[in-house]
Amino acid sequence: MYTSKALSIILIAAGSQVALAEGPDLGQPLTSDEIPFYATYVMPDGRGLPEGSGTPAEGAEIFAAQCTECHGITGTEGPVMPPVGPNEIWAKPAGSYWPYATTLFDYIRRAMPLDHPKSLSNDQAYALAAFILERNGVIDADTAMTAETLPMVEMPNRDNFVDVWATQGAKPW
Amino acid sequence: MTNDINEPTALDYAAGGGLLSRRMLLGTIAASGGAMAAGLAVPHRAGAQGVVPEWVTVAGHRARGYGMPAEAEAPVQRAIIEPWQDVAPEFSLSGTPLQRLRGTITPSGLHFEVHHGGRPDVDPDQHRLMIHGLVDRPLQFDLNSLERYPMVTATHFLECAGNSLVNAVMPEPLQAGCDVIHGLLSNSEWSGVPMSVLMDEAGVQPEGKWVVAVGSDGPSLARSIPIEKIMEDGILALYQNGERIRPEQGYPMRLLLPGFEGNMNVKWLTSLWVTDAPAHTKHESGEYTEILADGSSVKFTFAIGVKSLITHPSATMTMSGPGFYEISGLAWSGVGKVARVEVSADGGASWADAELVEPVLPRALTRFRMPWQWDGSPTILMSRAHDDTGALQPARPDWKARYHPSNFLHYNAIQPWNVTAEGEVQNVYL
Repeated sequence: MYTSKALSIILIAAGSQVALAEGPDLGQPLTSDEIPFYATYVMPDGRGLPEGSGTPAEGAEIFAAQCTECHGITGTEGPVMPPVGPNEIWAKPAGSYWPYATTLFDYIRRAMPLDHPKSLSNDQAYALAAFILERNGVIDADTAMTAETLPMVEMPNRDNFVDVWATQGAKPW
Repeated sequence: MTNDINEPTALDYAAGGGLLSRRMLLGTIAASGGAMAAGLAVPHRAGAQGVVPEWVTVAGHRARGYGMPAEAEAPVQRAIIEPWQDVAPEFSLSGTPLQRLRGTITPSGLHFEVHHGGRPDVDPDQHRLMIHGLVDRPLQFDLNSLERYPMVTATHFLECAGNSLVNAVMPEPLQAGCDVIHGLLSNSEWSGVPMSVLMDEAGVQPEGKWVVAVGSDGPSLARSIPIEKIMEDGILALYQNGERIRPEQGYPMRLLLPGFEGNMNVKWLTSLWVTDAPAHTKHESGEYTEILADGSSVKFTFAIGVKSLITHPSATMTMSGPGFYEISGLAWSGVGKVARVEVSADGGASWADAELVEPVLPRALTRFRMPWQWDGSPTILMSRAHDDTGALQPARPDWKARYHPSNFLHYNAIQPWNVTAEGEVQNVYL
């Protein structure tokens, strides 16, 4: 590729021993309509969020029907990583510990429930994110989660993380 | 087992508890004909002149297309760990039986598994790898195309960040084998395409700083990876120990990031999305972050710290009487080579350097060994590793003091094994 060759020339000129191996360039063009949603991720600032809306009350109904077996009746019992805290099982409940609320929507949409991943609609994923946030006391019961409101949620633990990669790279903590 | 051992006074001791000089590794074994060295019973040879096993009297089996372990080795299995098997059986793990293996390469069928949504059935003909986002040319590759790319081969360990979690959080030491306690650790020779070749073909734009790697499993596991790591030594692994990657390890392709926690080495890799920032995916928001003692947390803790453990002997084993043994174990570091492993046979009162078995490779398992004359009295065996960055494996109290009591990730503390007068080997905390 042009970029690689240009870089190679620079490296050779600089006396570097780095040798960029060239491939056979067999990659085929990828158009945006060929990329499934799960090949990207909703970013903390909301980039990638689709249209849709869901309230805590709507989420409560879905949760009761599809989520309690793993996460418990109120989302605190578990047994699997209960998302509502504080609870006695999991010190990192999703709805209060995670730094960004966008992650709730994305993970629910791509992965939940584990035995039927990607079966929930965008509205349902927004509603479940709203329910979990409301149960954790992060949003009010009458606040709907949308592409506009979800990234605005200020997660309580956000500023309580040290970014180890940024501060010391690969050196283990 | 004969107790007819050499006089201890003839032995050259390196430290307390019966640790011998490494000169004894060859000398004693040769002098004792090898049988005692293994600590195993010697078969009775009463009928040496006349015993004819049945298998020398019949025709052997014909060749077969794919070899399997001997039938008698059938009990050598991964330890299956399913924490929520009733409600979420897809969340399924298995631990490598380290206490039954020698050398450093993990047989592919015994490589540990951690599946957050089960093992998918991926059709290799339909599978594709997409590279998109902040690139000049969004591309997709099929398996046949990738076969034509230049390939590198490298030996690297993989360790789950949650390995040894029972020792991290259980108040009393669990009496279980290395497969259960430390088995989320394996080591393979990986072959595949350098990630830099594929990324260069797509043309990463200057603002592309992170790559969100996504697997083709049900939950589409996703992790954000610094572009520097991808370009430095990331491998699109297609082969494991010479054959195509096993389904459990990501068939037909996985991401390999030498030294980084297992979860980031995304299996069934289907997408590399170049971004300007980390996505804070589920796994880097809560599941693979660590709460510290003061209640704050650390995130993006990628590399595995220096660690070692003695595999022979280890918990659930029983010694076959006093005498000569070779202590053997594994050491590794996610940031370099193992520089030194010390062994203690007196609960840490004294230490001696073990021999590192060549080759000692960066970010790969290293086998160490140490000759030992066990006098039959109760004692505690330990190993502690140093890597070539100068890091030293911590003792458990030091590790625990740094973290919240609930943290079970990146546990790399020293593993003490208690040897009782009866020869039982037990898991203990020190």
